[in-house]
Amino acid sequence: MIEDEPNIAEAVRFILTRDGWHLALHDDGEGGIEAIRDQRPRLVILDLMLPNRSGSEILSELRGEGDPGLAATPVLMLTARGQTAEATTQADAVMAKPFANEELRAQVRRMLG
Amino acid sequence: MPFETLVAGCLAYVVLMFGVAFAADRAAQRGHVRWLDHPAVYTLSLSVYCSAWTFYGAVGYASRSGLEFATIYIGPTIVFTGAWWGLRRLVRVARMHHVTSVADLISARFGKSNPLAAMITLIAVIAATPYIALQLQSVSLSFEVFATQSPNGPEIGGGTALWVAAGLALFSILFGTRNLAADERHHGVVTAIALEAVVKLLAFLALGIFVVWGLADGPADIVARISAAAEDPAREGWVLRPDRWTTLTIVSAAAVLTLPRMFQVMVVEAADEERLHVAGWAFPAYLFAMSLFVLPIAVMGAEMLPTDANPDLYMLTLPQASGQNLLALLVFLGGFSAATSMVVVSAIALATMISNHWLTPLWLLLRRRPAGDDPEDLRGFVLNARRLAILAVVGAGWVYHQASGGTSALAAMGLVAFTGMAQVLPAMLGGLLWRGANRMGAYAGVGTGFALWLATIFLPSIGIGVAPVPAEGVDALSFAIFLSLSLNTLAFITVSIFGFPDPVERLQGLSFVSTIQPIRHSRMARAEDRAEPLLAMARRVWGADAALHYFQAQAAAQGKSGFLPDLTPGFLTGLERRLAGSIGAATAHAMIDRVAGGMALTVSDLMEVADEAQRAKEEAQRLESATTELERTARQLREANDKLTALSVQKDAFLGQISHELRTPMTSVRAFSEILKTPDLSDEERSRFAGIIHDEAGRLTRLLDDLLDLSVLESGNAQLTVSAANLHDLIDRALSAASATRPERVFTIDRDLPSEHLGVITDPDRLLQVLINVIGNARKYCDAERPVLTIRVMRREGNGPQIDIGDNGAGIDTARQSLIFEKFSRLNESTRAGGAGLGLAICREIMAVLGGEISYLPGQGGAAFRITLPSRPPAISRRGGV
Repeated sequence: MIEDEPNIAEAVRFILTRDGWHLALHDDGEGGIEAIRDQRPRLVILDLMLPNRSGSEILSELRGEGDPGLAATPVLMLTARGQTAEATTQADAVMAKPFANEELRAQVRRMLG
Repeated sequence: MPFETLVAGCLAYVVLMFGVAFAADRAAQRGHVRWLDHPAVYTLSLSVYCSAWTFYGAVGYASRSGLEFATIYIGPTIVFTGAWWGLRRLVRVARMHHVTSVADLISARFGKSNPLAAMITLIAVIAATPYIALQLQSVSLSFEVFATQSPNGPEIGGGTALWVAAGLALFSILFGTRNLAADERHHGVVTAIALEAVVKLLAFLALGIFVVWGLADGPADIVARISAAAEDPAREGWVLRPDRWTTLTIVSAAAVLTLPRMFQVMVVEAADEERLHVAGWAFPAYLFAMSLFVLPIAVMGAEMLPTDANPDLYMLTLPQASGQNLLALLVFLGGFSAATSMVVVSAIALATMISNHWLTPLWLLLRRRPAGDDPEDLRGFVLNARRLAILAVVGAGWVYHQASGGTSALAAMGLVAFTGMAQVLPAMLGGLLWRGANRMGAYAGVGTGFALWLATIFLPSIGIGVAPVPAEGVDALSFAIFLSLSLNTLAFITVSIFGFPDPVERLQGLSFVSTIQPIRHSRMARAEDRAEPLLAMARRVWGADAALHYFQAQAAAQGKSGFLPDLTPGFLTGLERRLAGSIGAATAHAMIDRVAGGMALTVSDLMEVADEAQRAKEEAQRLESATTELERTARQLREANDKLTALSVQKDAFLGQISHELRTPMTSVRAFSEILKTPDLSDEERSRFAGIIHDEAGRLTRLLDDLLDLSVLESGNAQLTVSAANLHDLIDRALSAASATRPERVFTIDRDLPSEHLGVITDPDRLLQVLINVIGNARKYCDAERPVLTIRVMRREGNGPQIDIGDNGAGIDTARQSLIFEKFSRLNESTRAGGAGLGLAICREIMAVLGGEISYLPGQGGAAFRITLPSRPPAISRRGGV
């Protein structure tokens, strides 16, 4: 998960960890994309509003990776913006903040099979 | 009548003529030319056609050949009534080209060839010399008539002719060569001739009336006598000869156009072609009056006078024989008038031709100096050349008169001159009507005609050789005329067809045939004439002011005053270029060419083109201005749209920011409040999550407070509570309140306490809010290991105090300094400071409301802000807003 708001990151980790998922937290895009390449996660939860590089920029970079498997990593985009059209094109799923915890769990379950 | 009376009357008449000529010249010099230019004067001056030959000789002619004398009048009448249009055109063309004589006209038409002019001058001189001799003879004969009748009359010999010749030469020189007027007009001479025309007519009519009603019994009796005379088999000459009638009519028609004296009065002395309106009917009427009594006088003379009496002198001898001495004197004066006017005008016309085409070219050739380098020199020469030529022409006439012995019949000598000058007619008419006519054709035609005339008419008339007669019964003169004129015309046409005109000829041909103004090669001579139409044209294209301004500037550049510059190549090129900018290069070139070339006739056409071009240009300008207007409107619309779009983008961005700032804490609040419902949480977890919810709820509240605050401040509806406060106390309170922000950071506070004790009248709570915000930011963002906060208060004379607050951190990079006061801009996005980025925006609004300002102080080592307070409290300045 790449999220710069520590409280939100902690809430998500708490919720998903209880469901048995392992969650690695990163608070900016640079570290985040490195971690994705290294750890090859099954799912990336990406905040849209990030310092320095926005979530959509990171997503584009990921989709442009030479390794097709890496490029196809499922991405769940979190956005606090009203309109999210710009970010939704390349993401597999989009969720608006605030969200219900159940909603998040169901979405992650759905995406990870 | 005593001979002395005659001489005295004659002298008095001569003095009168000199006086009239002198007065007319003086009037013309003073510019009083209105009556001098009257069509009646012009018409009467044309009567120079009626020389002594027609005055005395017509009666003699009628006595010998009956009505045939009328051909001499029919020809001119046909020309003036039937060919009125052509005559008008001849005058127009001649005046356009400033033609000075018939030779000049033909040479101008055929490429300005002087040899051609010289040749025509030769013909004119040869033809005119016997003719002038004829006039002298008529005067001396008429003197003789009186002398022989006078009991104590002196012996009249060649002396009279000499005196008359000398007097006429003097008159011609005096009034014919007074100046070198550009248009070669001689008002004095013309006026005197007009007066002489009246005397001629009066004398003739008086005698005619006396003959018809005094000697005969009225018109019916005269007609009966004429019919009886015509029946007389002795008068074989009275038989009507169609060949002679035709050729003589043609010759007299040609003569009125080509005789040097006729050309002089009809064309050169004409003020303009409009004179011909009146002359067109008045001159034929004059000729009719002059011919009306010819036959009655001839018949009565033959009846009453001895058979050996000279019919050429019936005019004088008839009244004398009837004892009408005064009438005889009047007739004598009429004849004297006819002779003198002919000699004077012929002498002037011939002298002009001789000096222009013989003497001046010769002089210029001999001097071997470029022409025109000394105009005064040339002017003096030309005047003297003309005086000399007049003397020579009149002198030659006198010599011819002496040599011929004064025996030839008057009429025959007149016809010789007529037929000689008629040889010029084909070239003249062809030049005016046919563009294909060229110089070689003119040489061939005139040369052929001249040679044939010499051989078949002129030489036989002075007793050398015999006129050829092709067959029995064919009139020799008619045949000679027919032969010379037809071969002349044939040669002219044939050579013209097979010849090639040179460029000057081509242009002149075009100009003559289409009556277009000539191209002038002397640039300086009539520059004003052409600069003027150029200016007129430029006015049409550019408008009056612009054109005048340009011409004036150009003239000034040439060192000329006024607004008509010399037409130098430089000026013309520049003008053409400027015109080309307005009307296109081709049109401009054509216009300049035509106008500068002097083709004034087409100037009006060009003006139309210019007007058209101007209209098109105005239309284009109108469209252009409309387009410009449209473009301006479109641009304004675009700008307005851009502004709206920008505002819309800003609004979207703002809403997006607010949404983000609201949703972010709400996400945490919602997530953790749901987590709190989870049953198996530790107390420690529960407490921590509740703390997060509390913090995030506080963040939400602050955000909403800030937004509301900003909204109120921006709208200008901020409620101010103004009171006196001490800056020191306010700074204390701000430091205390701000210490809640990151309380773990221990700051060294650097203050100058004495300076802080300063009373201000403001809204203390609002100022405190600004101080807390700035100090809080320092605490939040200063990353120095040993953070120091420096606060300085400065008094300013006549102005409110300044508070500088700075830290020793990294500061704000230059690129962001301009953005920090904008809404939602965080000083450092990577650092989560819990604010929405509205703090400094609010500070800026507060300071504006308080009448002061807050600004970033660059170059202070760390981040530094300066808060400036106004000299006057906001309560006064902003009362209305409270």
